[in-house]
Amino acid sequence: MNQLLYSKLGSFIKVKPSLATSIGQIQLDRPVMLASGILGISLDVFNRLYRSGAGAVVTKSLSKEPWDGYPNPTIFSVKGGGWINAVGLSNPGAPNFAKIIESNKDVPIIVSLVGSIPEEFEVMIKEFENCKVTAYELNLSCPHVAKVGLEVGDDPELVKKIVTTVKNTTNVPVIAKVGLGTTHYLDTVSIAIESGIDAITAINTVRAIAIDVETQRPILSNKFGGLSGTPIKPIALRCVYEISSKYDIPIIGCGGVSTWEDAVEFFLAGSSAIQLGSAVGDNWIDIFDEINKGILQYMERKGYSKIKDMVGLAKKS
Amino acid sequence: MQRNHNHPTIVTIEKVIDETPTVRTLVFSDEVMSNILPGQFAMVWIPGINELPMSVMISEESGKAAFTVRRHGPASTGLFNVKVGGQIGIRGPYGNSFDIKKGKLLLVGGGTGLVPMMRLLTFVKSTDDVTVLIGAKSKDEVFFEDLTNSLLKNNPHKVIVSTDDGSYGQKGLVTDLVEKLVDETHFDAVYTCGPEIMMYKIVHSAHSRGIFVQASLERMMKCGVGICGSCCVGEDLVCKDGTVFDGQHLFSNKEFGYFHRNKAGVLENY
Ligand SMILES: Cc1cc2nc3c(=O)[nH]c(=O)nc-3n(C[C@H](O)[C@H](O)[C@H](O)COP(=O)(O)O)c2cc1C
Ligand code: FES
Repeated sequence: MNQLLYSKLGSFIKVKPSLATSIGQIQLDRPVMLASGILGISLDVFNRLYRSGAGAVVTKSLSKEPWDGYPNPTIFSVKGGGWINAVGLSNPGAPNFAKIIESNKDVPIIVSLVGSIPEEFEVMIKEFENCKVTAYELNLSCPHVAKVGLEVGDDPELVKKIVTTVKNTTNVPVIAKVGLGTTHYLDTVSIAIESGIDAITAINTVRAIAIDVETQRPILSNKFGGLSGTPIKPIALRCVYEISSKYDIPIIGCGGVSTWEDAVEFFLAGSSAIQLGSAVGDNWIDIFDEINKGILQYMERKGYSKIKDMVGLAKKS
Repeated sequence: MQRNHNHPTIVTIEKVIDETPTVRTLVFSDEVMSNILPGQFAMVWIPGINELPMSVMISEESGKAAFTVRRHGPASTGLFNVKVGGQIGIRGPYGNSFDIKKGKLLLVGGGTGLVPMMRLLTFVKSTDDVTVLIGAKSKDEVFFEDLTNSLLKNNPHKVIVSTDDGSYGQKGLVTDLVEKLVDETHFDAVYTCGPEIMMYKIVHSAHSRGIFVQASLERMMKCGVGICGSCCVGEDLVCKDGTVFDGQHLFSNKEFGYFHRNKAGVLENY
């Protein structure tokens, strides 16, 4: 009798879709995260972003020592959309930052790390032993600082050593963030997977420059910076599609997401979650809830109960 | 093409006014900046040198705006040294602005914190009774006294200068003077901008007596648009949530009056 009732009700009551997702072992309540380098230096801000709908926050990329970064101008707004930044990985350093997030209870925090040699990563991870860390993200892709980021990502041997060392140092999941350098990013992904990486974030900013016509000089103090925002979305999407077509590895899509449609495109291309940064500058932090709502409505309309139902669907043909 | 306010617009400096040996006002033509609200700021690019956030000064001529800068670090010194004919880039306006109340108003400015106060004065009604406190270390650092008087010529008003060493005006800390004034007079609103310890005390003096008070905060800024995080104070981002905050809100912020962050983002005590 009861069973009959339930099955009858079942056809009337739609299952409410859930925004929860997983990236390998990483479980999140919501699939939209704050990307590394954006607003990320105080735990109070992280809490605020989490309350505003971010599923997780990625910290600024942290180095062993504090870095001042480059002098201003460090950020440039491209006419027609997007930003070029050369902040220069300014950050308070892993030991200071570990103190900042020591009291974290609620927020899923992904700690982004940057360094030149495996030992630096090992030392930094030990700093976070007493912190609630959801995952580590290795920055193998910042395009505007020498000896780290993309210069590391471009060196397959070094990637192998770093990933192997980090995986031997911690049981917390480790993500590699890749970008467009001189080594094909798919080769970097391949080496990272061989070395035991748990997931891939694709992509970082794309190396770029801005010139002022009146004063006839590059605008950023570092001259070169990294392009982010809407102009790189189709490129980032292509990368996610290619990685998911070639490898069986959880992916986090990143690059130019500013609407729920963008987020869904990334899911369809094969990523289980997304990160966004530039859109915060354009739409402020309400963007997280807006995108969450849009994704939910789309899922209801399409009859999906979970994010995973749509991951990779664009590759079906 | 319509102006993109995030994109630097190049303007030419038309006039330079020496306010004190270390403070200068640079005047330029720009319609957008001439309409800026008190508390809002612009990001100012000195080509080849640096970029820094600046409160925008008024100019009595329409269509013109100005920056008043104190020579300090490399960026402010770079701007201080720009000559007539020199080009700078400006983007903005960014940030919120003061809530302009009516009645008995008290404005307290320290150093270049006077800039948003001067802008605010252009918005007061002629019926408002306005007291302006100008705080400085010594006589040679006092500026904008005449400007204040001329902006308030149609108002019931008082301009009080205090110097720490007593070399001009009243001797003593401007914060002690505020404490005295709010005891004597019931103000409808208090506005302040200047060194944070000064603002902290003023906000406290007013707020503890139930007087509406707002302060305009200053922090390291890189983007000015809420991306980089360098301007954060607790959970607030000065470039987006500020620069103006209510006293009520500031007292729930654990960092206000105590900490700021350096270039690397490391917390430092005031
Ligand atoms: C100001 C700024 C700072 C950034 N800093 C970092 C960083 O420290 N580490 C990192 O891995 N990526 C950094 N990025 C790249 C972003 O995390 C992200 O990969 C990129 O901006 C593309 O995403 P978006 O288009 O949503 O901004 C930064 C981007 C910006 C705009
Ligand atoms: S200056 Fe970059 S977030 Fe405020």
